Amino acid sequence: MPPTIEGYWNDLRSTKVWRSVFRSGTGTSTLHRALAVQQNVFLHLASVKMRRRSLAFSATWYLGTMSLATFLILTATGILLMLYYHPSVPQAYADMKDLQFVVSAGVFLRNLHRWSAHAMVFLVFAHMFKVFYRGAYRPPREFNWVIGVILLILTLFLSYTGYLLPWDQLAFWAITVGANIMSAVPVMGRKVRFLMLGGNTVNANALLRFYVLHCVILPLVAGLLIAIHFWRIRKDGGLHTGQVETPAGAPNE
Amino acid sequence: MSDQKPFQAAIESDSRKAPVRIAFVTRRTSPQVKAESDQYVMTWPEGIFRVLVVCEVLAIILVTMSLFWDAPLEGLADPMQTPNPAKAPWYFLGLQELLHYFPPVVGGVLIPTLVVLALVIIPYFNVNVEAEGLWLRNRGKRLRIFAAVVLALIVFLIVFEVWAVLAPTVLIAAAMLFAAREANNAGRFRRWLILRPLSFWIMTWFLASASLLTGIGTFFRGPGWSWVWPWKE
Repeated sequence: MPPTIEGYWNDLRSTKVWRSVFRSGTGTSTLHRALAVQQNVFLHLASVKMRRRSLAFSATWYLGTMSLATFLILTATGILLMLYYHPSVPQAYADMKDLQFVVSAGVFLRNLHRWSAHAMVFLVFAHMFKVFYRGAYRPPREFNWVIGVILLILTLFLSYTGYLLPWDQLAFWAITVGANIMSAVPVMGRKVRFLMLGGNTVNANALLRFYVLHCVILPLVAGLLIAIHFWRIRKDGGLHTGQVETPAGAPNE
Repeated sequence: MSDQKPFQAAIESDSRKAPVRIAFVTRRTSPQVKAESDQYVMTWPEGIFRVLVVCEVLAIILVTMSLFWDAPLEGLADPMQTPNPAKAPWYFLGLQELLHYFPPVVGGVLIPTLVVLALVIIPYFNVNVEAEGLWLRNRGKRLRIFAAVVLALIVFLIVFEVWAVLAPTVLIAAAMLFAAREANNAGRFRRWLILRPLSFWIMTWFLASASLLTGIGTFFRGPGWSWVWPWKE
């Protein structure tokens, strides 16, 4: 038999090293395809089989998938941007100028991060409305809907905290407007704003706090909740297809 | 569906009170009774492949945008120089637009909190889970409640001069009345509207209002939050 790409591919997959990394083994049988998902730490959040109807474009418009894709793009570009960024005043703004004029493809990197961020906010909103109009929030998926609402708020906070980091006029005043809204909270409004900004106005402390929130705390919490969100899809019986379903999980006492 | 059912179920169908349930299947009333046998496919490769294609297409779109459209960068932040108007990011401009009409406690705290709470509790209310067409039952009573609520809302919006919410409110209310009218030969769209539950109407009203507020805040507000036409100057 002449060598083919598929032949090389299969040879590679049957090597000792490949088999040591991937536990599912070679082959295209249903068993192997099931193992490919079940034996993978990331993929096992999904079920081994899916309803064909839930894969139709009209079922989801793939809005959740696209939200995840933007999150991954943002993580990748965000880590690269961190290599060129100091969360201090006024160095932060100088770093923006460096990205523009000194760093190779620096402008592209910042553009991709910013447009992906806007896209993520839009897609997460769209995802929520699509899920609502589909009726996919109904039991047994009610708690996954709640996680989704929390993820929406986290997305807004992620975008909002990132907005300050360039430390230009646009960033500074947008965050000032937002922080002033926060201070309208009855009784504890000013305290909340002080906690958020590390002062009474947007200053170097606020930049550092937003940086830590934006690069560490919020992405970690969001990542964790995204994992639970996906796992719950599997546990709640797969993607909603508009049928009457019996609730999953253990019965009440 | 406005056709009266040919009969009424006479047996208590509350499972907590009476564990006996009898289903009367009439034409076009209960499509879910028909059990469909779902076809299943393997997640790998069918599902994963589609997901990868979608991610790839999205990445291509975003990369292309990033090649041709630069992210804005203004001058160094200067606390002494307030731009006019100072605008929040676009997804908060609906909120900022609300602050133009209401005091900060209402527009900036009360309304957003209520919206988030309303979103969270949606799946925990049976009325949203059953999602029956709003006008299918007790039409007269529901019309009276509807009239009272919508009138109160419209008066409230006029008092605070919130034209940007008043417009979608009137439109959605008109659509609801259109759906509620007695009709024996309703067209396809009418029939679809008649089957919409209360949650559909509220969410659509919210979506329309939020979109309009955000659009106005983004494009039609200039110095001192005054009205400007984006195509002028």
